[in-house]
Amino acid sequence: MSEQSMPLSWRTETKPHKFCPGCGHGLVLKALGMAVDRLNIAERVLFGCDIGCSLLSWDFFNLDTVQTHHGRTVPFIVGAKRARPHLVGIAYMGDGGAYAIGVQHLVNATMRNDRILVIIVNNTTYAMTGGQMAPTSLPGQKTETTPGGREPHQEGYPLRGPEMIASFAPGGAYVARGSVSQVQRLSRFLERGLENQLQDRGISVIEALSTCPTNWRTNAVDTWKYLEKEMTEYYPVGELVSPWKSKAGEANRL
Amino acid sequence: MINQPVVQEEKLLTRPVGEEKRAFMYGNEVVVWAALAAGTEFLFGYPITPQNEIMHYWSRLAPRYGRGFLQTEDELSAGFAALGGIMTGARCFSATAGPGTVLFQEPLSMAEMMRIPLVLVVQQRGGPSTATVIYSQQEVFLTIFGGNGEGLRVVYSPGSHQEMYDFTIKAFATAWEYRFPTLVLGDGYQAKMREPVTLYDPRKKGIDLKPPFPLVGLKGVPGVDREPAHWRNAFSVEEELFEALKPVIDDFHRAAPSLSEKEEGFPEGAELIIAAHGIVGRSVRAAVRELREKDIPVGFFRPITLRPFPDKDIKNVLSACPRLLVVESAQGQLAKLIRIAVGGELEHALKMYAYFRPGLGITAEEVVQEARAILSGERENEAAMSLF
Repeated sequence: MSEQSMPLSWRTETKPHKFCPGCGHGLVLKALGMAVDRLNIAERVLFGCDIGCSLLSWDFFNLDTVQTHHGRTVPFIVGAKRARPHLVGIAYMGDGGAYAIGVQHLVNATMRNDRILVIIVNNTTYAMTGGQMAPTSLPGQKTETTPGGREPHQEGYPLRGPEMIASFAPGGAYVARGSVSQVQRLSRFLERGLENQLQDRGISVIEALSTCPTNWRTNAVDTWKYLEKEMTEYYPVGELVSPWKSKAGEANRL
Repeated sequence: MINQPVVQEEKLLTRPVGEEKRAFMYGNEVVVWAALAAGTEFLFGYPITPQNEIMHYWSRLAPRYGRGFLQTEDELSAGFAALGGIMTGARCFSATAGPGTVLFQEPLSMAEMMRIPLVLVVQQRGGPSTATVIYSQQEVFLTIFGGNGEGLRVVYSPGSHQEMYDFTIKAFATAWEYRFPTLVLGDGYQAKMREPVTLYDPRKKGIDLKPPFPLVGLKGVPGVDREPAHWRNAFSVEEELFEALKPVIDDFHRAAPSLSEKEEGFPEGAELIIAAHGIVGRSVRAAVRELREKDIPVGFFRPITLRPFPDKDIKNVLSACPRLLVVESAQGQLAKLIRIAVGGELEHALKMYAYFRPGLGITAEEVVQEARAILSGERENEAAMSLF
């Protein structure tokens, strides 16, 4: 890998990374690494990662990092930030951690407008545990626990996390959804999320649409198609709430 | 590198307790003064009876002394937020009870694995389930062995407001020196009753409260000026876990003899030892004194640390007098700890009697009556074994 393609905040000693081939985590972390580089904040960052595939990022960066428990990365980072406000707190987690087992933490941290950045990697499944249905699995999606496909009448409709958070996010909050199919744009969202924290405005919640060919059982073409077509149709990409927006509800297209 | 003290420490020198002073206050209030005196920076808490006044007093007093408070969304959040604060080098604590102690097992187990000096005050209420908000001694096993792990925790069971003050301060000293989660196990009676206590500045008493140190958020650019601090509690294979866990277990057992504490009374010539912990220890102490005044040969034993348990001390006492009455407001949780501690041949020689009152208070009169019944042969000792 050339110098340009690897962010400075990446830890070369732990590359190649531990994610499966075709996994989107590497791209989200690349987008984040570029944002951290641009803001030159490596010394101040506390990076927390959750359980599930996100935990494989525990030694990914040249950043102080703590791997916590499933869904508990948000309160961990909240506590660190409250105790030492000069730190830049990042909670990195999957959709199961953020929207199922730890959703109370995400909701309450948003209500309090805690000055942290929450990154939620949405790959529509519990990947580390072998591909069970997630809150984000699409209608009809076959998983290990919905072998006949997710049936909304029984299992409900998938959760649009950023939309839920945006519905009550206080002033100063920043909420967006990016995608690993648009890494530069995702990186700008993440940079804005970090800036929002640096300017002490409020919480930043950013979902990143991601891929899991291992559990989706898709080849490269179908993986990308699922991400760009099915997922993006259900989960529109863009900014939902931004302190930089001129008017509430009007997305600032980056 | 990780042992650099935090500059913030100096800020905390605004002493909440200057000169030694006598006060008359609630147990929950005592906990707050102890935490303030110990230089604790932050309380993360969630309401549950009977510990609520810890948050009430803290939220009023903390701003006066530059300390922080956050009421979280649940006990999981309180625990993990405390862990986050602690890892940045701030003394943090929380307090809980009953079902809250159940939820606290998760942050406690992370603290065990990663050696995070979490301090938790537990004011026991009745169980199982929601039960009562009032009192019990039923959270002994939960505080010691709760969580998926090996119980690598220190648990103090104070028996008076003075001890509540002393051992809450000590909990912070122990947690940061040994880096094991440390719990103060009180109960609803102690939390909600008032009695006299002497407040003091621990530093003036020569108590060694080591300055806290950060584990993350260290100085210098990671990867340039220094190695990044990477902390994890997940391991890929069995051997990797074993290698990481074994030194933690070894450290705990190495520290155990210097951590364990107990109180003994009238062991000389005793024909019956009465064991109890916490507030029940007061009833037993009073009962034993009363019986001794009437020349009835009884002694008492009170473990102050339930973990690590004062094994050797109780073995010594019971070797001299292998007849034991265990008195507790639970169905044999302390009795089980004693049986584990005693073990071996002594366990077979031991005649064990039980006075188990789960969720009920126990008076000195009841203990006197029970001891008399045992000494006059009216009680079956075998029954104690089948009551667990």
